[in-house]
Amino acid sequence: MALLVCQNLTLGYEGNRVVEGLSFTVDSGDYLCVVGENGSGKSTLMKTILKLKAPLAGRILTGDGLRPSEIGYLPQQTVAQKDFPASVREIVLSGCLSRRGLRPFYNRAEKLRAAENMEKMGIAALAKQCYRELSGGQQQRVLLARALCATRKMLLMDEPAAGLDPRMTVELYALIEQLNREDGITILMISHDVAAAVRYASHILHIGRHLFYGTTAAYLNSAIGRSFTAVEGSDG
Amino acid sequence: MGALLQNLSYYYHYPFVRYALIVGVLIALCSSLLGVTLVLKRFSFIGDGLAHVAFGAMAIATVLRLTNRMLLILPVTVVCAILLLRGGQNTKIKGDAAVAMMSVGALALGYLIMNLFSASANLTGDVCSTLFGSISILTLTMTEVWLCAAMSVVVVTVFLLFYHQIFAVTFDESFARAASIRASLYNLLVAIVIAVVIVLAMNLVGSLLISALVIFPALSAMRVFKSFKAVILCSARQPGGNRPGDGK
Repeated sequence: MALLVCQNLTLGYEGNRVVEGLSFTVDSGDYLCVVGENGSGKSTLMKTILKLKAPLAGRILTGDGLRPSEIGYLPQQTVAQKDFPASVREIVLSGCLSRRGLRPFYNRAEKLRAAENMEKMGIAALAKQCYRELSGGQQQRVLLARALCATRKMLLMDEPAAGLDPRMTVELYALIEQLNREDGITILMISHDVAAAVRYASHILHIGRHLFYGTTAAYLNSAIGRSFTAVEGSDG
Repeated sequence: MGALLQNLSYYYHYPFVRYALIVGVLIALCSSLLGVTLVLKRFSFIGDGLAHVAFGAMAIATVLRLTNRMLLILPVTVVCAILLLRGGQNTKIKGDAAVAMMSVGALALGYLIMNLFSASANLTGDVCSTLFGSISILTLTMTEVWLCAAMSVVVVTVFLLFYHQIFAVTFDESFARAASIRASLYNLLVAIVIAVVIVLAMNLVGSLLISALVIFPALSAMRVFKSFKAVILCSARQPGGNRPGDGK
């Protein structure tokens, strides 16, 4: 069975329907990018998958032993986080919270897991640093390490490259690709960067007035894909 | 210096001075513990807002001539705290505007009611002592001292047990929700505790100056320390040194 199945979803808020009849499947190891205009319901889709919001119609099934709380989530940064006095280690550890239950402290296995993920993201040396003193790219790596503490299977990212400079963006995408290829982590990403989406992703989900779901090659050949990538120029 | 110490030890012979000191330190401890979370959630002014709500409720309770005014003040303040903190980022009226609206509204209503219906001869004095604190800290009964002690124990225990959850919810509410942590439950918990602390603290510093107890320890600790744990510990340790109520 697939990792995540969405059947005939209708999304929206306060009776306002944004997306109707959305169906797609995510298999283990996929790299799916969700693209679409502002307000097309991308973030609403994410919230629905994370069960923060109920769909207006349709259903979402998880398979392969994936529980909704085991999806690692990388949300967009909030203003409050920019000057938050917390050490990198504290933040990464908080990713282990959902597997800890009601025990009021972290055990050795969880601390080890946090250390491994910091190593993997190349931020082990920053463990005692304060989050607010890091650069945007480093902060994003910290949040990624935290998301990895929460999952071994699937990462959900909401515009991870927002606000990063071009070099940081390339580094971050390389890191995500590495997680996908080497660790077999399924990636689900919202992106405004269509050029990067078609370069890295294996599948594309386009939502908006016209829906498209398929492999990246099929997307590039479809009418909607051509009209959307044409705006980006020839750098795709 | 010697004379000062002698003076102090002379004062501490009186039980009411000791009570005032104990209650003062305990309340300052609780409010500064919560202060860190509130300041980071961008709710620095909630102390002020809730204190004004408590002032409004107190005015109504006075006019109704209730024997135990706490019975009205506490529930009203708790409900307002829940309304303010529950919404978080997703309400139509954002945090600071909601706090401002509630605080000014309650203050105006409270003063109006006191002015229209009060039987007291010294209205300005009454209002002044509720707003700026009063000598009621020196007239504390044993029951109130125990109430404060019990409450501090509850606050500290809640913090020790749910420290990591409170950290996660304060730092990133959407991630915490996605990891199936019941963020609204912890928001509710913080809201109730802060409302209770503020109602008790009104005796100490009055409703206008309560924010000082909530924000100053947190802010100064945040400037100095780099990890959340250090900030919380430092913030909680400060009240012994700089209690705004000391001058009274």
